[in-house]
Amino acid sequence: MDPIQSLVKDLADEYGRKRESLLPILQGVVEREKYLSEYSMVEIAREVDIPAAEVYGTATFYSFLETKPTGKYIIRICKTITCAMKGKNQMLFAIQDMLKIKLGETTPDNRFSLLESNCLGWCHKAPAMLINNEVYTELTPEKVRDILSGYMKQNGQI
Amino acid sequence: MANSHQLKRVDFIFRNDNDWEKILSSTIKKKPQELINELISSELKGRGGAGFPTGLKWKFCSQEKADKKYVICNADEGEPGTFKDREILSKVPYKVLTAMAVCGYIIGANEGFIYLRGEYKFLEPELNKAINEFEYYCKEINLDFKIKIFMGSGAYICGEETALLESMEGRRGEPRNKPPFPTQSGYMGKPTVVNNVETLVHTFTIFKFGAKKFYDLGVQYSRGTKLFSVSGDTPKPGIFELELGMSLQDFVYEFGDGDTKAVQVGGASGYLVPRKKFKDAAIGFKGKLTGISLPTGGSMMLFNSSRSMFNVLDNYLEFFREESCGQCTPCRVGCQQLLLGIKAVKRGEKPASYLNKLMRLTETMQLTAKCGLGQSVANSFSSIVENFQEEMIY
Repeated sequence: MDPIQSLVKDLADEYGRKRESLLPILQGVVEREKYLSEYSMVEIAREVDIPAAEVYGTATFYSFLETKPTGKYIIRICKTITCAMKGKNQMLFAIQDMLKIKLGETTPDNRFSLLESNCLGWCHKAPAMLINNEVYTELTPEKVRDILSGYMKQNGQI
Repeated sequence: MANSHQLKRVDFIFRNDNDWEKILSSTIKKKPQELINELISSELKGRGGAGFPTGLKWKFCSQEKADKKYVICNADEGEPGTFKDREILSKVPYKVLTAMAVCGYIIGANEGFIYLRGEYKFLEPELNKAINEFEYYCKEINLDFKIKIFMGSGAYICGEETALLESMEGRRGEPRNKPPFPTQSGYMGKPTVVNNVETLVHTFTIFKFGAKKFYDLGVQYSRGTKLFSVSGDTPKPGIFELELGMSLQDFVYEFGDGDTKAVQVGGASGYLVPRKKFKDAAIGFKGKLTGISLPTGGSMMLFNSSRSMFNVLDNYLEFFREESCGQCTPCRVGCQQLLLGIKAVKRGEKPASYLNKLMRLTETMQLTAKCGLGQSVANSFSSIVENFQEEMIY
């Protein structure tokens, strides 16, 4: 068994092989692999015994279930009204400048992907962003640069 | 209330007396019918925004005959400008769990789920710890009730209860036709109570203090307290528990920055109230309040005179266009066309009268969209366009 097959099998053992197990399995693959490849979706379909088109249709509905390759760290900047009012574009520029990527892109070393997201639920501490599951609020460009430097150091690069 | 400008602060929800074990064990000694009557007489209405009477919901579900029933806590808090449920789950999770178990006792369910939005995944470890401790206590008092967390994955529409059920069943979060209502046929086709996080906490308050204490707060048709998520141009952003029925004028006195131009009540799917209407608007469910009554899930976003209402509407419409599930045409195409339409008017490619066409489109959406998302786009659209037409055009 290749790594994807055994990951899918493990997840199915944990969550079951029913239709209602599908979301936790998809989430489990994204957690580990960062995205759902066509291959992994076909494997999930086989394991749960439903058409691959159903798996694809379900996966592509959810904005946190990526179906394109993404970096190890997915940065999601909130773009909804309060964050937009409180300067989320400045945060975006700071990140783009530092990582040398545009919105929707991944750094060549596959460490960071930059995305926008709808309301993250931190309007009272806007602007806000998520890096994977971690929340960062009341951002300023300086704060954003510090946070990113922290992540870069973790990876032994500056 | 009129000229006092005093908002009545209340502290029920976050007050933590650490007495949930006592409340749980004493509440489940009472008869289900007695508890339902208590809830009905409190006149608690759902706090997610729709305002359905909670006691009735539980009553309907309790009357269904089925081998299996479910209790679901809707923690898919996605409405722009609301963040209260996250605070409840991180500060007083035991109240939510207790309320779920009492609901299970009343309707005859031994399984509950918390549908937690993907954006709040960081809450999962702490919440699981609370659930473990809670289930341990349930075992001690011989109460058969289990709770699991079900994670969402970034879809606003899954806050709509039937879309939430679809999502839990492993499908695209596309709302179902109603009826049947979830209380008749919910998760896996079984009778299910779906309640907002805050609604559940209010039932805890009612079981603890009795219906009267809750009923005595608020105004007619809008009883009790409500958590308000305050953001935007305000010196005091945050979460506040206030009595229902306050006037928007008083609210702005307390939370405005002295230059408040408009307040969005109820998030992107709610209404925008311009300054000249503050004194006529009250926060609560429709009823005998004079002037405009505004129901809300608690999202209160303030805008001062530096803000362009065109940009605000543009932001909302982009949100709706992205979050529309795409299932029904009025909402899928409507959201796209509204967004294109206001941009075209702004650029001068369409005449100002085109806004009236767009208004009629929102009326069509209100009548024909399948669920609350498509139906409520009209709320913010018409209230912004009517009150700030000049900003849409020039």
